[in-house]
Amino acid sequence: MTTGSEDLLLSVRGVETYYGKIVALRGVDLDVRRGEIVTLIGANGAGKSTLMMTICGDPRARAGTITYDGRDITGMPTHEIMRLGIAQSPEGRRIFPRMTVLENLKMGAQLVAPEHFEGDLKRIYDLFPRLKERAAQRGGTLSGGEQQMLAIARALMSRPKLLLLDEPSLGLAPLIVKQIFEVIRELNRTEGLTVFLVEQNAFHALKLAHRGYVMVNGNITMSGTGAELLKREEVRAAYLEGGRH
Amino acid sequence: MEYFVQQLINGLTLGSIYGLIAIGYTMVYGIIGMINFAHGDIFMISSFIALAVFLILTSVLGFAFLPVVLLIVLLVAMLFTSAWGWTVERLAYRPLRGSFRLAPLITAIGMSILLQNFVRVTQGARVKPLPPQIQGGIPLMDGMTDAGPIVVQISYMQLIIIVTTVVLMTVFSLIIAKTSLGRAQRACEQDRKMAALLGVNVDRTISLTFVMGAALAAVAGLMFLLLYGVIDFYIGFLAGVKAFTAAVLGGIGSLPGAMLGGLLIGLIEVFWAGYFSVEYKDVAAFSILAIVLIFLPSGLLGKPEVEKV
Repeated sequence: MTTGSEDLLLSVRGVETYYGKIVALRGVDLDVRRGEIVTLIGANGAGKSTLMMTICGDPRARAGTITYDGRDITGMPTHEIMRLGIAQSPEGRRIFPRMTVLENLKMGAQLVAPEHFEGDLKRIYDLFPRLKERAAQRGGTLSGGEQQMLAIARALMSRPKLLLLDEPSLGLAPLIVKQIFEVIRELNRTEGLTVFLVEQNAFHALKLAHRGYVMVNGNITMSGTGAELLKREEVRAAYLEGGRH
Repeated sequence: MEYFVQQLINGLTLGSIYGLIAIGYTMVYGIIGMINFAHGDIFMISSFIALAVFLILTSVLGFAFLPVVLLIVLLVAMLFTSAWGWTVERLAYRPLRGSFRLAPLITAIGMSILLQNFVRVTQGARVKPLPPQIQGGIPLMDGMTDAGPIVVQISYMQLIIIVTTVVLMTVFSLIIAKTSLGRAQRACEQDRKMAALLGVNVDRTISLTFVMGAALAAVAGLMFLLLYGVIDFYIGFLAGVKAFTAAVLGGIGSLPGAMLGGLLIGLIEVFWAGYFSVEYKDVAAFSILAIVLIFLPSGLLGKPEVEKV
């Protein structure tokens, strides 16, 4: 899984993002290599989700560059960025509430050639059998865990090269969190899917990831392999022992 | 009884026209949450386009076979009206996206006044007549009323309007329910940000929604022209208000609601005029709206939000 630095899939350099006059990201540097699981941990409001959305062009970075697959995507409109093979399971899951589970999955697959649909759908149903049972049900009526599975499944339906996951564990029962993380590990191992994972659940995320970054107040303050970060005293104090919820 | 059936047919005809216009209101509201007050005037412009194309085909080019002429008129009117709808959205509404909520609404009212006066200046303020093109009908039943004998009939014109509306509504519902364009439209309606994250070109989808609404308004415009035989620059106002009422009555944002609302407004108007007084038919229609909204604030088929966070 260790790859050279020429194999960068995503590279974020000096990115600053503002909401109006309020600064959210203060010059962030971050790399994701092909085939890696990279996690970004940090407290509520540190700017993790903002970074994830900035990568997708909404909001746009006011300074700095974002390079994906050798291409500068900093100023591109969101829908064009997503067409390059990035998929996001966003904060709050954002399931289309008045569409069925199947329609939500079709939305995920809408950029993919239709002949792949049946096969991809079968694969998704194998990963998340619960979604198959719920296929005809409206997204808005699913439980939180089911919605989270659907959000990830919808992202996978677009056959992404880079999967962005924003807090997949939020508000879920530990057993479901374990299931979801297991799926992510499996996809990474068997298909080499590159994953960038934002988490508050630092312990699980660092155990899963190859490398991790810590964000405080719009800045990256630490980085290293998942195992290294798990041992660091500052990380343990802030995000594991005291900060665990 | 016979009188009732006749009024029912008349009401359904009028309601079809309202319903076709109402869809344009409801779709645009669904996708960007604004009332496009210029939509009635798009309908008005479409009837002028239809008249112009009709006259060019028959008087200038000398076509005589009516069904073909009407088909060409319909297609050309839909095409040009769609272009108007697209242009209005592109020029007047898109630059204001992300602005405060009232801005596009005010612009829409301005656009409505602009379109009306554009037609008034270029076409003149007087009514434009078109002699009846489609005459005759199918007698359904005979009967007696207090006023004398009556023959209930559905005229060919009415038949054409109702059948065309039913066909268009079916096609249209299928587009929304089954195609990827329809899914993208519903996605933008429910969560524009997420739709963009899935690669949907939101601006293009919104443009297409305006185009579809305008195309249906063009169908209504041609029907109106053929049914009443007179048009002027002001017909868009009242038809627009009625269609908007229909959309709200059915539940704004809901497509079947717009159609149902259109039919109901048409029926209420015709029955009120038939049984009570012609003068108060509009009052009746708006009163029903007020009463329905008191008891069903989201309209007859409006959807209460079902969302889990």
